[in-house]
Amino acid sequence: MRHFPLWKTIISLGIVLVSMIYSLPTLMGGVPTWWPGWLPSKTVYRGLDLQGGLYLLLHVETEKAVEQAAENLVDEIRLTLRKGKFRYQSIKREGRETVEVKLPGDVPKADVIKAMKEDFRNSVAEETPDGVRLRLSATEVTELKKFAVDQSIQTIRSRIDQFGVSEPSLQKQGEDRILLQLPGLNDPARAKTLIGRTARLEFKLVDEKGDLNAALAGNIPPDDQLLYEERGGKKGQKPVRQPLLLKKRTNLTGELLTDARVNFDQFGEALVSITFNHQGARRFAQLTGEHVGERMAIVLDDKVYSAPVLREKIEGGRAQITGNFAMEDAHDLAIVLRAGALPAPVTILEERTVGPTLGSDSIREGVLSSLIGGLLVIIFMAVYYKGLGMLANIAVIFNVFIVIAVLAGMQAALTLPGIAGVVLLIGMAVDANVLIIERIREELRLGKSPFAAIDQGYEKAFMTILDSHVTTLSTALILFQFGTGPVRGFAVTLIIGLLSSLFTSITLTRMMLYFILRNRRVQKLSL
Amino acid sequence: MEIINPKLNIDFVSKRKWAFMISGMLLLISLASLATRGLNFGLDFSGGAVMQLRFPGPAPIASIRAALGEIGLGGAVIQEFGAPEEILIRLHQEHQDGKDGELSSKIAQKIVDLVTPLAGNNGKVELRRVEFVGPQVGHELTVNGIWAVVYSWMAILVYVGLRFEFRFALGAVLSLIHDVFMILGYFSITQKEFSLVVVAAVLTVIGYSINDTIVVFDRIRDESKRMRNQPMEAVINEATNRTLSRTINVSLTVVLVLLALFFYGGEVIHDFAIALLLGVVVGTWSSIYVASPTVLVFEHWRLARANKAAPSI
Repeated sequence: MRHFPLWKTIISLGIVLVSMIYSLPTLMGGVPTWWPGWLPSKTVYRGLDLQGGLYLLLHVETEKAVEQAAENLVDEIRLTLRKGKFRYQSIKREGRETVEVKLPGDVPKADVIKAMKEDFRNSVAEETPDGVRLRLSATEVTELKKFAVDQSIQTIRSRIDQFGVSEPSLQKQGEDRILLQLPGLNDPARAKTLIGRTARLEFKLVDEKGDLNAALAGNIPPDDQLLYEERGGKKGQKPVRQPLLLKKRTNLTGELLTDARVNFDQFGEALVSITFNHQGARRFAQLTGEHVGERMAIVLDDKVYSAPVLREKIEGGRAQITGNFAMEDAHDLAIVLRAGALPAPVTILEERTVGPTLGSDSIREGVLSSLIGGLLVIIFMAVYYKGLGMLANIAVIFNVFIVIAVLAGMQAALTLPGIAGVVLLIGMAVDANVLIIERIREELRLGKSPFAAIDQGYEKAFMTILDSHVTTLSTALILFQFGTGPVRGFAVTLIIGLLSSLFTSITLTRMMLYFILRNRRVQKLSL
Repeated sequence: MEIINPKLNIDFVSKRKWAFMISGMLLLISLASLATRGLNFGLDFSGGAVMQLRFPGPAPIASIRAALGEIGLGGAVIQEFGAPEEILIRLHQEHQDGKDGELSSKIAQKIVDLVTPLAGNNGKVELRRVEFVGPQVGHELTVNGIWAVVYSWMAILVYVGLRFEFRFALGAVLSLIHDVFMILGYFSITQKEFSLVVVAAVLTVIGYSINDTIVVFDRIRDESKRMRNQPMEAVINEATNRTLSRTINVSLTVVLVLLALFFYGGEVIHDFAIALLLGVVVGTWSSIYVASPTVLVFEHWRLARANKAAPSI
């Protein structure tokens, strides 16, 4: 105790100083005006449960993307067969990854397979008793699934950006999950609809010759599908659901869009007008030209928005989607169409929405209980351990500074359980100090001089402190691994707190003690 | 100040049979309750949805229940939450509209619209919180929670085994298992909601209790060097007595902050504080009466075997 190394002093003082600077903006509730620009000005990032917002765990139904890919194969196979002048009876998707082609007996299967192998390098072609089968290869399926998730993240990000949320966070989790955090949201319900919507826009022809009544009875022709159009669903009225028999084949999709925006018709009703790109415009013109007089349905996510009669060939690549929209709905529809469709539907696995008032209440309660708890501990330590107790108190206060500083510096989220962690920490951080003080007391009782007692006390307590911190840390790390959201925030504060308490108890208090006692001939320690 | 006499010499070890009996009985009650009543799993584990609403005045729970019954949500659990103005509506998995996630803000908004007229005087009902957990996630969280606790036991078994001796590690882990089942038992008997935050509390208790145990163990190691010729009983007694002042004071400071959390921390933190308060008491007890006596039991067992193995003359 006659000597405290200079380098330790410098490092300790450095840590204290830096942590005070980093924690001040947070403790003062914002960056003060006199704060120099070159100093760190980040405040602690509040978790969703403290600032309010939306936490969503989404599952991307990647199997659907695979299914869609197989469905797309049907059209492509048809082209291949035509090109090779092979006759066929039917082409149909079977299961998730295969397409079955039925061939007349006199068509050589081997030739068909050869043609398919040339055109579809990512699939496996094989013979069946009555034709051939094309199956997506395993690598292709994996690719498709991965692409579906990545694409979904991009699409959702672009939707959110257009919706206008500050600091959104989107992460891929595991194989087919997306974790989405939107802090400080006013209208979570609307944001959720915007995110979760697949937004698959399709143009399909109405099967005018098909028997709608038979279809309603369950007898749908193989190349058709039954979808519904909803009308007049505005406030108060019950929407009318009208069934429509559509050709299954999709003639044009929203993929070829370049723009979508809100417009108004002559009655002031909101509608969404869309513009196709060059290729889309050509296809649209061709489609409308070939089917004048027929009805064409505009289908979004398997819901028919309208099915107008095509009066003439439409050139220029513009179309309108009407559907008795409220202004907000039209606006959101335009966003999702611009951002593009999700490659596969998403479902919500977990949702947590916290309103802004609840968050600020939580902060108030958290701060209040920290102050009360901290005060009680400080009084106890000062009364029970007097001078050394006060040193321990200073250490505990610096502990809190360090935790806040690290949280602010790393921009790790502080959650409500995290605040509880800080409070708990105040109680636990005195532990190491109590161990040391009790040891010093014992050494004094053995008749040692104050300096010798201090040296012995720190030395003997050191191993115990290290052991207990390591074991507690290991449980905190496990908690961090396993926890989600708020609980993880608790683990973070606990880990930082344990590390800083290791520092304050072993080094900081000892240094303070040294500087207080060094120039005196101390007969008695205050404890 | 010094409340605990430094010359104090309580014979902890000789009372270990009583302590084992008390612990054993409480454990038995806990296990029996866990087996028969089980735990009242919260949303995080059981799946479903929870909504927290704030009314301008005291919430008319009876009429809210009736209104929910009319739209087929009669099975919803409605309870006061922290204050008479605040209620918690809990819907189980089966109340959802078929698809996963369908019960989300949509139904939440529907419920808000439904109960707003009940607030009276054009009062506004505020939707403070919505949480939805799908069955799949609920299952995963349960499995993860169990593993987290088991992993922490294993990590401690290994670390203490390396730093001390294996019998110490065993004593430590037995005392931790004891602590965990005590807390689980309490939550089973009271049927308080067992949530993710409570699991976090359980893991924290494990951390706290092992901390306590390690302090005593370290002292046993120290004292056994000094008291080389004395029996293990005397060493354990000495170590426990010498660390008693620390044990009690640290428990006290932690209890002080936990009381602050319990009274002022708000409703969400309430159960967390309860679990921890209980854990601090149980953890302190088990460090003294489960961990070290277990070491002693192994010591006796080892001695008995050594005696048997020794050739008799």
